Amino acid sequence: MAKPFREILKTKEFIVTAEAGPGKGSNVSKIVEHIELLRDKVHALNVTDNQSSVMRYPSLGVCLLIKEHGGEPILQVTCRDRNRLAIQADLLFAHSRGINNVLCLTGDSIDVGDHKEARQVFDLDSVQLIHLVHTLNSGKDMAGNELDGATDFCIGTSATPSADPIEPQLIKVEKKLKAGVNFIQTQAVYELDELKRFVEFVRKIDEKVKILGGIVPVVGAKMATYMNENVPGIFIPQRIIDELAQAPKGTGVAKGIEIAARMIREIKERKVCDGVHIMFIGREEKVPEILKAAGLL
Amino acid sequence: MIIAERKLMEEIKRLVAPFKKVLVAGCGTCVAVCWAGGEKEVGILASQLRLARNAEGNKITVLEATVERQCEKEMVLELKDKVAEVEAVLSLACGAGVQTMAELFEDKPVFPAVNTTFIGKPEKEGLWTEMCGACGDCFLDRTGGVCPVVRCAKGLLNGPCGGTRKGGKCEIDPEKDCAWVLIYRRLEKQGRLALMREYNPPKNYRAVKRPGRIQAVKA
Amino acid sequence: MSKEIVAFCCQHSAYPAADLAGKSGLRYAENVRIIRVPCAGRIDVIHILKAFEKGVAAVLVLGCEEGACHHITGNDRAKERVKYAEMLLKEVGADGGRVKMYNLSPNAPHKFVKILDEVSKKIADEEKQK
Repeated sequence: MAKPFREILKTKEFIVTAEAGPGKGSNVSKIVEHIELLRDKVHALNVTDNQSSVMRYPSLGVCLLIKEHGGEPILQVTCRDRNRLAIQADLLFAHSRGINNVLCLTGDSIDVGDHKEARQVFDLDSVQLIHLVHTLNSGKDMAGNELDGATDFCIGTSATPSADPIEPQLIKVEKKLKAGVNFIQTQAVYELDELKRFVEFVRKIDEKVKILGGIVPVVGAKMATYMNENVPGIFIPQRIIDELAQAPKGTGVAKGIEIAARMIREIKERKVCDGVHIMFIGREEKVPEILKAAGLL
Repeated sequence: MIIAERKLMEEIKRLVAPFKKVLVAGCGTCVAVCWAGGEKEVGILASQLRLARNAEGNKITVLEATVERQCEKEMVLELKDKVAEVEAVLSLACGAGVQTMAELFEDKPVFPAVNTTFIGKPEKEGLWTEMCGACGDCFLDRTGGVCPVVRCAKGLLNGPCGGTRKGGKCEIDPEKDCAWVLIYRRLEKQGRLALMREYNPPKNYRAVKRPGRIQAVKA
Repeated sequence: MSKEIVAFCCQHSAYPAADLAGKSGLRYAENVRIIRVPCAGRIDVIHILKAFEKGVAAVLVLGCEEGACHHITGNDRAKERVKYAEMLLKEVGADGGRVKMYNLSPNAPHKFVKILDEVSKKIADEEKQK
């Protein structure tokens, strides 16, 4: 049985989380494989919520599977697909099944996904969602009604240290910190100085929140360019694209893993932040390699 | 004002395909200003329909008329005689105008020839931009006069999202500005960034219970 | 009887050019109807469409040389409107190539005749191929 993530956050351990991305369809065999592979190698496993606005098996469902297989899940909740009623209801259900960690996100726009004509909900934004979770934790719902059974979530959120311009982004991060979060998992970082500055900013406001640097391995120069143009919140610097371009043909994945592992080691050795969050969607089976190369296994 | 855009010709042709005599009805207010459905556009569409149907060997008679505001009963009734002569009406007004015509001339099919799109303004000649979402709960005072309900692609009240593109452009469209970056810059100029630091609670999306209906006080 | 070619001629450029052509004894296509306008910018899209409704073979808009419009921007506006008219005609399956804008000086009778002859010939060839 995995330790509750909340307990890990209280320690001084270097925290490692990873992501499991559900597939499209009711067949869960693949994701169960990933869960089995990763559950004992990381402190907790995030499950994405209709990631990139592509309809998939739900985050809540995979979190249940993680619990069933003895892992520690982090439920990702976006504001794109559900209104405040649905979100509150889902959270009550999650709590009742022992899922106690939630990552509060805004959500990608519908346009980047595969159901481009759907109505975007965005009844709430990520900051309001954090407030909502606190409300449920305190035993009330958003309308002020008493709950028969409160929740007890450990709350996390995301941030984009490489946003440009950075100031509006930091104002939002400040709002999230003031609302109260236990951990932040950042979007992909490729520049350690950027991450360092972000950590300094956060520490001025909140000394206790744990910050996990986002690690997204890139497996080729073309993929890097594609991601820069199409994936919201990703900014891969030219020097990384160049390094990937110089890798011999067929070694792209290995190179991506090498660069990612290098980043993780540096973050750990220089104590830049409290840990890392590895996102290698579609290649979850390679995550142990990254962990090994980074000296974490 | 209300911004509309003429529908594709294929769709318009399909709407009037079964008819031999139609009225193209324009409106002299919003749709005239945004070049979608004023007197000029009525003339052009009528001419195009005649040309199209002549080429098909299936002549169509097209009457033309424009009223000052197609959403006002008294003005629309001026078209009574012309409507009586035709089999169907193609309205170039916004949705309010089309429905007013349809309501007053219940025995005639009334079709929309434009798509009503948003409340907006001219950004520059011929380029219209959405500005207002008619949410019924305006809080432009808190955002330096930039509306995040419609100008933020996700309608966030505590933005920006993490998807802002470099230079402050929107995740959804690199041509569009991130509304929250605009808000930040505006409030910074005024020395009122404290407003942006304040938490905005969830919006009352039922401020206007739709379908909306308002009784103004008579003077 | 072949269909007419309508030529809207600006009174500061194409119309005097046409006049000179006539005075100099230059001959040009018979089925051209010349309509004098104070400026090419006086022509609106609807005039072009209505001409085609009446069954003309082509509509020409002839104005001052670019940058030399007697009314400053008239010929620029005419250019945009001709482009727009082209698109409107294409939308309904009519040949957008049958409306065109030309620029010339008032003392260019030969250019005037050349334009008309080229257009006449093009139309005649297209009709033959049908």
